[in-house]
Amino acid sequence: MKAQMKKKLTDYDMQQLIGQVLRVGVILSGTIATIGGIWYLFQQGSGTPHYGTFSGEPAGFTSLTGIYKGILTGSAAEIIQLGVVILIATPIIRIIFSLFSFILEKDGLYVVITLIVLSVILFSMFGGLKV
Amino acid sequence: MTILTFTLILLAGAYLAGLAGSLTGLGGGVVIIPLLTLFFHVDIRYAIGAALVASIATSSGSASAYVKEGITNVRLGMFLEIATTVGAVAGAIIAVYTPVNTVAIVFGVMLIFSASMTLRKKNEQILTEGSRMSDILKLNSTYPSPEGPVPYKLKHIGRGFSVMTIAGVLSGLLGIGSGALKVLAMDTAMRVPFRVSTTTSNFMVGVTAAASAVVYLQRGYIDPGIAFPVVIGVLAGAITGSKILMKINVNALKLIFSIAITLIAINMIYNGFNHKF
Repeated sequence: MKAQMKKKLTDYDMQQLIGQVLRVGVILSGTIATIGGIWYLFQQGSGTPHYGTFSGEPAGFTSLTGIYKGILTGSAAEIIQLGVVILIATPIIRIIFSLFSFILEKDGLYVVITLIVLSVILFSMFGGLKV
Repeated sequence: MTILTFTLILLAGAYLAGLAGSLTGLGGGVVIIPLLTLFFHVDIRYAIGAALVASIATSSGSASAYVKEGITNVRLGMFLEIATTVGAVAGAIIAVYTPVNTVAIVFGVMLIFSASMTLRKKNEQILTEGSRMSDILKLNSTYPSPEGPVPYKLKHIGRGFSVMTIAGVLSGLLGIGSGALKVLAMDTAMRVPFRVSTTTSNFMVGVTAAASAVVYLQRGYIDPGIAFPVVIGVLAGAITGSKILMKINVNALKLIFSIAITLIAINMIYNGFNHKF
């Protein structure tokens, strides 16, 4: 009975933690994207959009170093892109937190399952699927 | 049209898309793609990039509340995410070799399927006998109700897992959460109670979308000028939706949206066959 109680408690703790990670990620990325967006409109609002043809984004928007360099030069588009990257990272960070929770709960099966999901995503990130 | 007017109209459109997605349970991303391609004539690849990011935003935003309340089955989500992420990565690879018009046609078909799914009867029946697989994987759980925790058990785990892989492929190919297929896999095959399947599906959408979003970001599909009004608009719309969802009768609304979405889908399929993308 006592072991049961303890397991319930840690599952509950994990739920609160995961919920909090998701919440913070969305609020943080949303705030950064909004600030970047307003600034972007000041910088480029009078221009003309040209999204009818696909040209692919320049390197500045597609890599972390590119985004970092853009922010240093005060370019608003890269600030938005930073918000986007944080948003994409949010569920991935959630997986990492789940992994630690399962380790603490000594749930070996779910440590393995979580590691599989994490490696699929890491493969997707660094596997050269850019083409 | 200047970038300023484009952004403001897109912001309003994304808000309505988020609202509609939240009220019908379709998700924010599904309505964004036709809005961007048919109305704004944006290339479908940019639309897919924006929809993926919007899906992550709405999924994470609403999942945070459901997870805390303990409705979401985190283990079930985690286990099925193996299927959806592998599928999503495969979908992102297939996308390279798929002509955009074909993508539009597949999207239209998926849209009609999703619309019909919202009108379907919910699975209210709860299993007391689960399969051995469900027991081994610790998928049997409880969900909170006013009368205390309700225990439930699952079956046909393999079948559910297979449908989830297809849901993942479509998610990676089309840039949507494919929540409808996820709920179908959980409700119909695995007999997950309705409240648990919708919230767990929502929980999984973020990870599934992230698996292909990291590829699309590197491919240059995600444009900041489109992403920011879409994310902010869809998120705001979803928040409004979740606030009014309990206060209004959504059945009539669901029917209207389903008809509207089916018409949009036919439009996309038609344009796809005529190589308009």
